[in-house]
Amino acid sequence: MSKLVVETVSKAFPGLRRGPPTRALEPIDLVVADNDFISILGPSGCGKSTLLRIVAGLEAPSTGRVLVDGRAVASPGPDRGMVFQSYTLFPWLTVKQNICFGLREKGIAPADQDRIAAHFIDRVGLRGFEDHYPKMLSGGMQQRTALARALANDPKILLLDEPFGALDHQTRALMQELLLGIWEADRTTVLFVTHDIDEAIFMANRVAVMTARPGRVKSDVRIDLPHPRHYTVKTTPEFSAYKARLTEEIRVESIKAAEMGA
Amino acid sequence: MFEPLKPVSRTAKIVLGVSFFVLFFGAWALVTFSGAINQMFLRDPLHTLVTGYNLFAEFHFIRDVGITVFRVVGGFVLAVIIAAPLGILMGAFKPIEAFLEPFVSFCRYLPASAFIPLLILWAGVGETQKLAVIFIGSVFQIVLMVAIIVGSTRRDLVEAAYTLGADGAGIVKRVMLPGAAPQIAEALRLVLGWAWTYVIVAELVGAESGIGHMIMDSQRLLDTGQMIFGIFCIGVIGLASDLVFKWVNRRLYPWAL
Repeated sequence: MSKLVVETVSKAFPGLRRGPPTRALEPIDLVVADNDFISILGPSGCGKSTLLRIVAGLEAPSTGRVLVDGRAVASPGPDRGMVFQSYTLFPWLTVKQNICFGLREKGIAPADQDRIAAHFIDRVGLRGFEDHYPKMLSGGMQQRTALARALANDPKILLLDEPFGALDHQTRALMQELLLGIWEADRTTVLFVTHDIDEAIFMANRVAVMTARPGRVKSDVRIDLPHPRHYTVKTTPEFSAYKARLTEEIRVESIKAAEMGA
Repeated sequence: MFEPLKPVSRTAKIVLGVSFFVLFFGAWALVTFSGAINQMFLRDPLHTLVTGYNLFAEFHFIRDVGITVFRVVGGFVLAVIIAAPLGILMGAFKPIEAFLEPFVSFCRYLPASAFIPLLILWAGVGETQKLAVIFIGSVFQIVLMVAIIVGSTRRDLVEAAYTLGADGAGIVKRVMLPGAAPQIAEALRLVLGWAWTYVIVAELVGAESGIGHMIMDSQRLLDTGQMIFGIFCIGVIGLASDLVFKWVNRRLYPWAL
C-alpha cells in the first residue's frame, strides 16, 4: 500500500518588496509505497529540501496536501523522523540523552528508554560514546547519532535531507552502507534527498529526478539492483548504466540552474 | 609572539595577568613615594594598606562590606526572579515580545541613579530603597538580554525537536532553556558587575552604612587612603564574584566549552 502520498503539492515564497512570489515547487505528485527507499535527486536550489520539509510538516504547502497512511499532515510529528544536513544534536545532551529525546517526549519509562537507546547505539556503532557530548564527536559520529535519534522514535517514514552532505567522501561512503544495512534489516520507508547521483542509486529502489527551480519531478527511475547491496555494486555495469542515465538527466537541469544564476 | 588568536599557556596567562597588577602598584608607589603627587590627593600604597587594616580592626568595616554585598545580591536576585521568566517568555513567544519589548527598551535607558531622590521619597532611606535602586538598574537589562538570548535559539534545533515529537512547552523547557542557559548565566555575570556601580551611588546618598557611605565619610575627613581602600575593596569583591560565577558556569555547563 502507499505509505506516503504527495498530492499536487506546490510552494511559492512571497516576493521581496512586493515583487512577484518566488515559485520554489511546481505541483508535485509522488506516491511512496510502504517499505520503499526513494531518493529525490536534483540540482542545488531545485526545491527538493522544501519538498522534504513540507512532508515533515515544517513548512506548509501553497497548494495540495501530504498524506501519511491516509491522514493529512498538518504539523511536524514523531511519525516522520528527520535527519538534517546541518548538525542538529542538542549540544547539552550526551549521545544517549540525544537518542532518548523523542522517547522522553513520548513519556516512555526510563528503563525502556535505556533499552531502546542501547539498541540503536549498537546499530550505529557508537558503543563507548554514550556519554560523550556532541562537540566531542566527529561529523560522521554526530550524524550517526542523529540517525539513531530519528530511528529510536520508530517513525513510519524516515526523512533524510542530505544527511551526509557535510561529510568527507570516505565517511560518507561508510554512512551510506550503514544506512542501507539498517534499511535492509528494518525496511523503514525512507525519503532521501541528495544531489549525489552515486548515493541516490546505491541506496534507493526508486530515484525521483527533479528539475531546476521551480522544481517538479522530471522522471522516476526504478533501481533494480538486488539486496543486500555490497559497496562493490558501485562498480558493476548495471550501476554504471543507471549512473549514465541519471547523470544526463541531472546535467540538463544543472545547466538550466546555472543559466538562471542559481 | 603576536600571532593573531594564538593561545597562551596557563602559566604565561597567570604571570601576565599578575604582572600588570605589579606594574600598576609599582607606578602608584613611584608617583606617591617620590612626592610627585601630593599625599593629600593620593596616598601611597603602604599607607592605604595600613588604613585598610585599621578600617577592619577598629571601625568594623567588615559590617559595611557585608551590608553592601547584601544590597547588591539582594537587589540582583530579586531582579533575576522577576526578569528571567519574563525574558524567557518574550524570547519564546513573539506576541509577548511585541507587547513588552518597546516599554522595557524605554525603561532600560532610565538611569537607576536618577530614581534615587524619588525612591527616597517613596521608600525612605532604609534597605528597601537601596534594594530598589539595584533592582531598577538590573531588571530591565536582564529582561532584554534574556529575551535576545532565548530568541536566538538555533532554529534547526527547534525543528529537530518538533520532528521528534516535542510540543510548544517541550520546545521551551527542553530546547530553548537548556540551550540558552550558559549564555544567560554569562549575561547575569555582566549585570551583577553593573549592579555594583548602582549600589555605591545608592550609598552615596542617604545611607548610614556600606562601602559607599564609608567613602563619602572619608571625603569629609579628606582621607584619600580610606577612599582608595574602599574602591579597592569593591574591585576585589567584584573580581571574586566574577571568578565564582565563571567556576559555577564551567561546572554547570561542561558541554558549552
